[in-house]
Amino acid sequence: MGNIVLEKVHKCFGDVEVIPSVDLDIKDGEFVVFVGPSGCGKSTLLRLIAGLEDLTGGKIIIDGVDVSDSTPAKRELAMVFQSYALYPHMTVRKNIAFPLKMAGMPQDEIDKKVMAAAESLNLTDYLERTPGLLSGGQRQRVAIGRAIVRSPSAFLFDEPLSNLDAALRVNMRIEITDLHKELKTTMIYVTHDQVEAMTMADRIVVLQAGDVEQFGTPLDLYNKPVNRFVAGFIGSPKMNFVKGKDADEFDAHEIGFRPEHMSVSTTKGRWKGVVSVAEHLGADTFLHVKTDEVGTLVTRSDGEINVNYGDTVYVSPNTDKIYRFGADGLAL
Amino acid sequence: MATAHTKTLSRIMNLPSIILLFIWMIVPLGMTIYYSFQRYNLLTPQRRGFNGWFNYEFFITDPAFFEAIGNTLLLVSGVLAITIIGGVLLGILLNQAIVGRGIVRILFISPFFIMPTVSALIWKNMLMNPIYGIFAHIAEFFGADPVDFFAVIPLLSIIIIVAWQWLPFATLILLTAMQSLDQEQQEAADMDGASTLAKFYYITLPHLARAITVVILIETIFLLSIFAEILVTTNGGPGTASTNLTYMVYNRALLQYDIGGASAGGIIAVILANIVAIFLIRAVGKNLEA
Amino acid sequence: MARKVTLQRKLGFTALAWFLGCIMFFPIFWMILTSFKTEIDAIASPPLVFFQATWENYQLVLNQSDYLKYFGNSVVIAGGSTILALLVAIPSAWSMAFSPTRHTKDVLMWMLSTKMMPPVGVLVPIYLMLKYLGLLDTRTGLVIIMMLINLPIIIWMLYTYFKEIPSEILEASRMDGAVLWKEIVYVLLPMALPGIASTLLLNLILAWNEAFWTLNLTAANAAPLTAFIASYSSPEGLFWSKLSAASTMAIAPIMVLGWFSQKQLVTGLTFGAVK
Repeated sequence: MGNIVLEKVHKCFGDVEVIPSVDLDIKDGEFVVFVGPSGCGKSTLLRLIAGLEDLTGGKIIIDGVDVSDSTPAKRELAMVFQSYALYPHMTVRKNIAFPLKMAGMPQDEIDKKVMAAAESLNLTDYLERTPGLLSGGQRQRVAIGRAIVRSPSAFLFDEPLSNLDAALRVNMRIEITDLHKELKTTMIYVTHDQVEAMTMADRIVVLQAGDVEQFGTPLDLYNKPVNRFVAGFIGSPKMNFVKGKDADEFDAHEIGFRPEHMSVSTTKGRWKGVVSVAEHLGADTFLHVKTDEVGTLVTRSDGEINVNYGDTVYVSPNTDKIYRFGADGLAL
Repeated sequence: MATAHTKTLSRIMNLPSIILLFIWMIVPLGMTIYYSFQRYNLLTPQRRGFNGWFNYEFFITDPAFFEAIGNTLLLVSGVLAITIIGGVLLGILLNQAIVGRGIVRILFISPFFIMPTVSALIWKNMLMNPIYGIFAHIAEFFGADPVDFFAVIPLLSIIIIVAWQWLPFATLILLTAMQSLDQEQQEAADMDGASTLAKFYYITLPHLARAITVVILIETIFLLSIFAEILVTTNGGPGTASTNLTYMVYNRALLQYDIGGASAGGIIAVILANIVAIFLIRAVGKNLEA
Repeated sequence: MARKVTLQRKLGFTALAWFLGCIMFFPIFWMILTSFKTEIDAIASPPLVFFQATWENYQLVLNQSDYLKYFGNSVVIAGGSTILALLVAIPSAWSMAFSPTRHTKDVLMWMLSTKMMPPVGVLVPIYLMLKYLGLLDTRTGLVIIMMLINLPIIIWMLYTYFKEIPSEILEASRMDGAVLWKEIVYVLLPMALPGIASTLLLNLILAWNEAFWTLNLTAANAAPLTAFIASYSSPEGLFWSKLSAASTMAIAPIMVLGWFSQKQLVTGLTFGAVK
């Protein structure tokens, strides 16, 4: 079981309020990603759930039990840290066995569980090495092994992939997703990378300045962002925003449209501009078009488009896919 | 580690050392201040009483006082100058590709581990002795008159001995600092056409600033209180030519049994050290934060 | 340097470094050499480099003077004060390194500043206090004083070493279900042990060679080697060979320890500012 409920969770560091008030209900077995710009309080929120920080106010309830004042050990959660936090003086075997040893499990049972975890993570050949002799990806696996052995009620991940190179990151992303499908245990995953969030999550929590901006499925966030912040944060390249008379036309304070929802023409269109950057990625081409009327717009076209730096083009938004925002930033 | 439980616990863990150091700092210092205003000589213990500023006046008007202050500052700054300039140069030398660097390092570092009384006595007897010392033999070999070091240049002789003890420390620290110098930065400077001298001035020296500050701080702490070297070589003499403040207070307290006068001298030493400390702690605090 | 070091350059630097190194080491070398000479050979003119070596001086020092007593005093005072200081300093450094507050920096600076107080400023009251308590010229008195003297530096060194242990690892152990004592025994202590060992080593060296308090607060009873050697300074005691033998024995163990602790010396004594 791993149902985690946050009620009016509030946290201050000294005089600085990091998390004003957060309510969340994370269902058993759900993969939830906390995403937001750096300093938005996502890691703090995770550490509060872990019990590594004290609550200033509010409650954390795990499976119906109020654990607000419990030590991390009592909460039976497992955590994978950004730096992996492996014990440098212990072998891989001892690292993975550590939580079981702490729980006072008999040695033969520990051995069995460690072997099983090592096998599922391809670590059997490395059991007698110390972490210092492992590659980044292997360390990551040991950290995960240490987390899964004692079957916690939920896993907490604190930016676990940010120290890996790009290729490895994609692999580990898939491995963690597979792991979740296999174990069906609640996972809470913190990242600043919205691609990780979109690809892995059942539901995403978008945080800004300690406030939950939106809590929903990846496609909800993409299609129906509740405000300008979420609209700008989810999606890559970022959404274009335009104010003024173009927005008035749509009865809004500001309008936004995604790069993939725009058309580019060399002959006619809504706004005229000059291509200041042309990124040909093969499958896609991103154009940064400098217009006189509405500043620089980014568009996403297919890879075949024959437009280069310095060309004059006309760009138009797809009017069906326009997001409208009020003066308060909320979606209309 | 930010939960209330561990926080309280760690406050308690920190208390013993804070209390100990606080007592260590306050009680004896308070007593020194008290004694410094008392007429109190262990030879005439019955004549005690409040003495006003007399002890201070007496200590300061002693002709030896200004000499002692001067000697203290000369000793500190002389040793600092030798060890830091020497340390930078030796650091550069030892940072080169040298055959047998490990052994050379041991040769250089060894004097630091010699207790002050031993090093002072070796220098006094076997090196600087005007008749049997090695320096005398060398002088004779070149046909010069041997120098009677401790009679003619007592303070300089002590500076040389102390510098010999501390040069290894400065060298080792500065060498270590040089080894952490960014190789790419050097190569970038090479690409920019910097000469060896320019590289030293614009890259090496700024990089060493932090290490030099630390060397100055640590050495000053120890050099202000140089005592054993003076005790076993010159006894502060001839006259008071090599008496520093520490030795002068020792002399008052344990040789003349003048508790009041020695206490006044002690307080003056504390004030002097604090003036130096204010500058140093600030510099170090700034450098350590970076 | 990726650039090729020319052979000439290398030889030149090597020669210069060895030459200067030998000059630096010469006083020690000469002392060791003299310790194997007879008193007559020791003051021969010109000085002798080749001579009939003798162990006589070592035997004389060991037999005549209570050398072993002084040696024992040094061990007790340096070792005792260091261990006592470690016991007080470890919890303190642990607390400041792993749960710092706004004041931690100030507390550390204040501790360092106590070290700036010249010993001579408190010589009189310490002398009188120990006299009053009957601790003058006792090992107990010296152990206490030396512990207080070195406490700030020990705390600083340990703090520097502890600071390098990532707090995430301690948090990981807590997540893994370790209660405080298990966290300390299984995770913190094994990781901190090298730092504690370096601190111990460095302070042994500092305490062994301390020569203000040991000279002023001891006489016949508790005098360590520093004070014993100082007794050779009297003009009538000009026995160079014996002085050399006694000195060699006094410095040898600590100098060898020192050779092995060069790295720790730098990190420790500069509080991690230079690595």
